[in-house]
Amino acid sequence: MLSRCKPRTLFKSAHAYRAFSSLLRSPITKDYAELVRRAPASIVVDDSKDLEKYNSDWTGQYKGNSRIVCRPQSTEEVASILEYCSREKIGIVPQAGNTGVVGGSIPINDEVILSVERLNEIHSFDDINGIIQCGAGCVLQTLQAKVANWNHLVPIDLGSKGTCMIGGNVATNAGGQYYYRFGSIHANIIGLEVVLPNGTILDLMSTNRKDNTGYDLKHLFVGAEGTLGVITKVALNCPRLPSARNVAFLACNSFESVCQTLSLAKEKLGEVLAAFEFMDKQVLDQVASEKTIPLTDGKKNHNFCILVETLGSDREHDMEKLESFLEQATDAGHVVDGILAQDTRQVSIWEIRESCNPIIKSKGYNYKYDISLPLSEYYSIVEEMRERLLPFKGDIVVANWGHVIDGNLHLNVITPGKFEVDIQIKNSIEPFIFEYVVAKGGSISAEHGLGQCKNNYLGKYAKSKAAVAVMRSLKDSFDPNGILNPQKFLPSSNSKN
Amino acid sequence: MKILVGVKRVVDYAVKVRVGSHGVELKNVKMSLNPFCEIAVEEAVRLKENKGAGVSEIVALSIGPKQCQETLRTALAMGCDRGIHVQTDLRGDYMELQSDAVAKLFQKIIEEKEKDADLVLVGKQSIDSDCGHVGPMLAGYMSWPQATFAAKIDVEGNGLLVERETDQGTETIRIPKLPAVISCDLRLNEPRYATLPNIMKAKKKKIDTFQAEDFGIDLEPKNKVLEVFEPPARKEGIFVDDVNQLIDKLRNEAGVIP
Repeated sequence: MLSRCKPRTLFKSAHAYRAFSSLLRSPITKDYAELVRRAPASIVVDDSKDLEKYNSDWTGQYKGNSRIVCRPQSTEEVASILEYCSREKIGIVPQAGNTGVVGGSIPINDEVILSVERLNEIHSFDDINGIIQCGAGCVLQTLQAKVANWNHLVPIDLGSKGTCMIGGNVATNAGGQYYYRFGSIHANIIGLEVVLPNGTILDLMSTNRKDNTGYDLKHLFVGAEGTLGVITKVALNCPRLPSARNVAFLACNSFESVCQTLSLAKEKLGEVLAAFEFMDKQVLDQVASEKTIPLTDGKKNHNFCILVETLGSDREHDMEKLESFLEQATDAGHVVDGILAQDTRQVSIWEIRESCNPIIKSKGYNYKYDISLPLSEYYSIVEEMRERLLPFKGDIVVANWGHVIDGNLHLNVITPGKFEVDIQIKNSIEPFIFEYVVAKGGSISAEHGLGQCKNNYLGKYAKSKAAVAVMRSLKDSFDPNGILNPQKFLPSSNSKN
Repeated sequence: MKILVGVKRVVDYAVKVRVGSHGVELKNVKMSLNPFCEIAVEEAVRLKENKGAGVSEIVALSIGPKQCQETLRTALAMGCDRGIHVQTDLRGDYMELQSDAVAKLFQKIIEEKEKDADLVLVGKQSIDSDCGHVGPMLAGYMSWPQATFAAKIDVEGNGLLVERETDQGTETIRIPKLPAVISCDLRLNEPRYATLPNIMKAKKKKIDTFQAEDFGIDLEPKNKVLEVFEPPARKEGIFVDDVNQLIDKLRNEAGVIP
C-alpha cells in the first residue's frame, strides 16, 4: 500500500505518469494556451510566477506539480475548461479555499488546477425565506458577515472560515461546530449549479425547500469531493441569527464527567444548545504556549476543557436555562470550574478552540486523524494510542479535541520539534487506529473526507464491496474519462481495494 | 478603604446600532456592562486582593432600569461585595438622563448611603453617550481630588499614585490622601472572567434598590438633543489587480498622491 501522507516527489517521467492513469495525459504548451484562451484569468507557471500556494496544502503533507491554475470568472468558462479537458483527456483538480487536510485539492501530478476563487459573487439573499444564492468561490466568513447584516447566519462554522470557500465546504460536506444545532450541509442545501465533466451545465439552483420531483441530484455532489462535477453556484438555507448567544468554558477532571456534562447539557439546555466542544490537557498545553487559557488548575491546565455555546431568541430564557444547567453540573461534581463569557470574550474563547489545529501544526509533524466513535469508546482509543506509543524514544504527544457532541474526535499525534514523518510511528498508529474504529462501529473519516489520504481505505475500512462498486459505476457514468480528481476519493487503480 | 464602583449598562459594543425615530434603537438590542466600567471593577477587585491596600468593601452602583440588576450581578461575580441599584426608566444614553444628574445621584448615594466611601472608581466614559463627564463632575461636586484616564494605580502611604494617559504621554499624579475619584482607561488592566463558583456566590450577595426620583434631584436633561442620525454609509471598496492600478487610482481618482 502506498504511503499516502508524506511529501510527494515530482512525477516528471511520462512512464510514471502512465502508471498514474492509463487514460489521461499530461498537459502540454498548446493545452495551456488553449486553457488561457478559454479562461483569461488563468495563470501559467513561468520564470516570474510559481503556483506554490495552489500546489501545496497548509499541512505541508502534499505537493503537486501543476503548471497552470485556471481561474474561470463565470460558469461558462468553467464549462469551457471541462469540455476541453474531457475531450483531451487531461486531469483536473478543482480547488476552492485549499484548506482541506486530506490532500483532496492538491494535484498528484501535473493535473490542471481549476480554482473557483473568482466565482465569488453573492447573487441574492432572500431574507424572508432565509436562502442565500452565491458563487462557489465566496469565502465563508464573507458570507457570514453579509447574512448577519440581514439577521441570518450561515449554518456552518469552521476554524478555517477566513479562507475556506463555500464551494469547497459543499463539495466536502464540511461539518464544523454547529453541526448538531443546524444539521449537515445535506440538510441545508437548497440548490446547486454544477458543471459536469463533459462541460454540461447542470442547473439545480432552486429556492424551494420542498420539491419532490425526481432524483435529488444535488445531494450526489455534496461530499463528492469534486469527483462528479465542479460546483459553481450554491443555494443554502440560512437560519435566523439568534439574538442571544452565550459561551461557557468549563473544566472537567475526567472524560466520564465530560460525557455526563454533555448529557446534562442536552437535557437542560435543550433546543438552545448550539455547540459542545472538548479539548484535552495535551492540546491545551500546546495551545497555552500562544494563547491564554482562561481556566487553569493552579499552574497546570485542567484534564479536560469544554466549550458550550447556546443560541436562542430570548436572552433571559437562555440565561435561566444556562444557569440551571451550570448549577446542576457543578453541584453534581461533573464540572469543577467554569466561566461565562460576555461579548468580546466569547470570540476569544472560540479562538482557543479554533487555534488547536494551526498551533499544533506549528509544533512538529502531525499524524492527523478525524474519527467518529460511540461516546463510550471515544477516549479509550486515546489511552490505547498513548500506550502503543510509549516505547518510542523522544517526545510524542497525543493531543485531542473535537465535536464530542457529534461523536467526532480529532486525534493528533505530534512529535514536537521534529517536522519529518517517522514511518515507524506511522506504522504503529496505522492500521491499528482504523481497525479499532471499524471494530467499534465508527468512521475513519468523520468530516475531513478521503481526498488522496484515505481513499484507499474506502473499501477496507469504510464501505462494503457492493457500495464501492455502486460508487465506481456512478463515477464512470458522470466522468467516463476520469478527469476530475484522478486517483482520489475512490480507491486508486493501483491499490488492491 | 471602601471603594464605590460605577457600573453602567450600555448597548453591547459589538452591536450594529440603528437609529429610529427616537434616537438609537434599544429594543431587543443586546446590552452589556460598559467595558470601561468593567475595567474599574477589575481594578477595585485587584486592590482588594492586594492586602497592602486595606480594602474592606467594594460596592457596585448602577443607575437604570430593572435589568441593571444583571449588570450588578456581573460586577458581584467579579468580586464586588454589595450592589446598589438606583432605579429609573430614563434613557442613560444622553437622550434623557445626562451626566450632571448622574454625577449628582452618585453624590447623593455617597452622602446619604455610603458616607465612608474612600475611593470612587468609574470608567473613563461610557460607550453609548461617550461623555466622560461623571468622574470629573462628581469630583467637582464632592470637592475631591480626581485623576482621569488612569493606566496604573498604586497605593502610596495614605494615598494613591496614578499614571494617566494623555495624547502627549504619561502623566503621574500623586493623590496624597483619600477620598478621591479615579476614572479608568483601557490599559489599566484586563478584566477577569467571572468564574462559575463566583457567579453562584453572587446570587446571594445583597443588592439594595432605591428610586432615582426619591433623591430630590432634578433629573431633566440640561442639554437638548436636536437630532440623531447615522453617519453616511461607507462606499464599498473595489479590488485592484496590481500595484500600478492602485497607484493610478490613488493619484488620478482619489487625488491623494502627487
